[in-house]
Amino acid sequence: MTLNLWDCGGQDIFMENFLTNDESKGSSTSSNIFRKCEVLIHVFDVEGKEVQKDIETFKRVLANLRKYSPNVKIFILIHKMDLIQVNKRQELFDLMFNKLRSIALDEYGFNIKGFATSIWDESLYKAWSSIVCSLIPNISLYEQYLSKLNGILNAREIILFEKTTFLVISSTNEAVVNSKDLDPKRFEKISNIIKTYKQSVNKIRTNFSNLILHGKNSSIYLEVLTSNIYIMIILDEDAGNEVAIDYELDDENLVLEDIKIARELFERIETKGRLPSEVT
Amino acid sequence: MDYTDNSLDQSRATILLMGLRRSGKSSICKVVFHNVQPLDTLYLESTTKPTTENFQSLIDLAVVELPGQLNLFEPSLYDSEKLFSSIGALVYVIDSQDEYLSALQNLAVIIKYAVSIKPKIHIEVLIHKIDGLSEDFRLDTQRDIMQRVGDDLLDYGLEGVQISFYLTSIFDHSIYEAFSRIVQKLIYELPALENLLDLLMQYSSFDKVFLFDINSKIYVATDSSPVDIQTYEVCAEFIDVTIDLDGLYETKGGKGMRPTRCVSKLQNGVTLYLYQMIRGLALVGVSRLDDGEDATSMSVIDYNVAIFKRSLEKMWEKSKNLEQGNL
Ligand SMILES: Nc1nc2c(ncn2[C@@H]2O[C@H](COP(=O)(O)OP(=O)(O)OP(=O)(O)O)[C@@H](O)[C@H]2O)c(=O)[nH]1
Ligand SMILES: Nc1nc2c(ncn2[C@@H]2O[C@H](COP(=O)(O)OP(=O)(O)O)[C@@H](O)[C@H]2O)c(=O)[nH]1
Ligand SMILES: [Mg+2]
Repeated sequence: MTLNLWDCGGQDIFMENFLTNDESKGSSTSSNIFRKCEVLIHVFDVEGKEVQKDIETFKRVLANLRKYSPNVKIFILIHKMDLIQVNKRQELFDLMFNKLRSIALDEYGFNIKGFATSIWDESLYKAWSSIVCSLIPNISLYEQYLSKLNGILNAREIILFEKTTFLVISSTNEAVVNSKDLDPKRFEKISNIIKTYKQSVNKIRTNFSNLILHGKNSSIYLEVLTSNIYIMIILDEDAGNEVAIDYELDDENLVLEDIKIARELFERIETKGRLPSEVT
Repeated sequence: MDYTDNSLDQSRATILLMGLRRSGKSSICKVVFHNVQPLDTLYLESTTKPTTENFQSLIDLAVVELPGQLNLFEPSLYDSEKLFSSIGALVYVIDSQDEYLSALQNLAVIIKYAVSIKPKIHIEVLIHKIDGLSEDFRLDTQRDIMQRVGDDLLDYGLEGVQISFYLTSIFDHSIYEAFSRIVQKLIYELPALENLLDLLMQYSSFDKVFLFDINSKIYVATDSSPVDIQTYEVCAEFIDVTIDLDGLYETKGGKGMRPTRCVSKLQNGVTLYLYQMIRGLALVGVSRLDDGEDATSMSVIDYNVAIFKRSLEKMWEKSKNLEQGNL
């Protein structure tokens, strides 16, 4: 999967440029930018002063998309939520989103999804993750199989990452009783750590293929799963043998074997779009 | 005021940082030893009095900054004779983006004084802030400074002073490289350590091994093959990856008996290897394992690294005893 991302300038002058639909000029920016568009992410400032104008702009964008890319998936972010009092956030979001949803559906026939976001907490990262997820076919199959895998491994957590963005596309930590102990921003942090690592080894013109860490109280396995996905498995250290001071390569190999089996299955989902019959 | 008595105990190797005002001494200290982001040093206040900071690594270090605004021979502020007789290394920082002639004059006076008190002292000159200089100009600047310092020393009739020059900047790894070399000269056991690392190389399939100080990313020793700055960077950054990932899943009551170990295979056939050692150190190595015998060579590496760690423990135990015996 490749994602070409356009960050469209929001100032009026740019917007005019995108939206003015001057057919006589043939290749105006407008038809270029809205053609073959697969995803629209429209950002609304929750404290925006000119609500009516923002909605007008949104409508013009929708009109263009209906014309040039009728199959587009549309997401909206209601952004800078941190500026709103905690107990008013949900209400305000519902209000704004319902309004936008009905416009998109009733007037343009688009079914949209919305997220309340802020750069100051994990909400923005989560929104991007869900957006990327919704672009991956068969995501629910990945999820199903991930829980099965965890049934075998009994991991503290298993996470799937999209390979270029490092966004989390699925995770499971059923085995953990006190999942509250887990850092709520950990996915974003892991993405950043791995991104940094990738850039680091890029300096010697290569990429990593895996990483196995035996740390203070957990073991972490990071592996390529399919051509689009990385898998990360976090195992409790004391889940295995308590006094293992030396590294039991056997244990390590066991996990790696499991990943190998998982890889075959996930690759089948990716190419054929279904789980192989043995496991369903 | 009389900080020299309580903080400069003899068991610490002392690094004295000197240089004109705003040459970059405090910034270097912050970036190397306190993990401060280089850009955050922009608004550092000028230091007004001597400051000492202690760090623990393989050896115990004290880094003393003498602010540029002080007159070195202002006797009321500190006992310069005592200070100079106790230091292991004198680091002089020159701002290469600025007119540096007055810095060189200052340096010559300091060297003359330092050598009169401690003839064998190592003088380390950092030609600093080279990020602002073009590649060609860096070498020209270094040549010019070395030439002038040499001339000045001749004028003073000083010959055979041990003096090294480094091109540094806090915005890349050059400052770590320079400090690694400076600290290494203070480690009494260095030759033995290097020998051990060479042995480790010989018996495991490592291409390069560093003994890193985890906090500062200085390497206190490496094998005798040349250091390639890119390999150094990748190894230093690998430590961060390991520490950061491990920190995310730390549980409170964790037993944490095992030393941290992290192994990562790269697509070009190289394997990065990290194993936690004693006293905040980690062994980080780069290896080219042959395909097919991965598992066996990894066991060999683990085995040899464990032996290396035990030797390191013993060596350190011994040097501690020696020290105590001497006191
Ligand atoms: N471009 C560049 N600027 C640097 C570098 N190192 C330090 N600086 C800047 O130089 C300025 C002065 O740095 P300080 O560390 O306060 O200098 P100092 O030597 O401690 O000065 P005194 O305390 O007055 O003796 C700061 O604004 C730093 O950001 C470097 O490698 N490159
Ligand atoms: N309080 C708050 N400010 C934000 C948030 N996201 C962005 N900002 C601020 O909004 C301003 C405009 O952001 P920018 O990304 O340049 O907007 P663009 O014109 O849409 O690209 C900047 O000053 C940001 O710091 C958020 O979630 N909360
Ligand atoms: Mg200072």
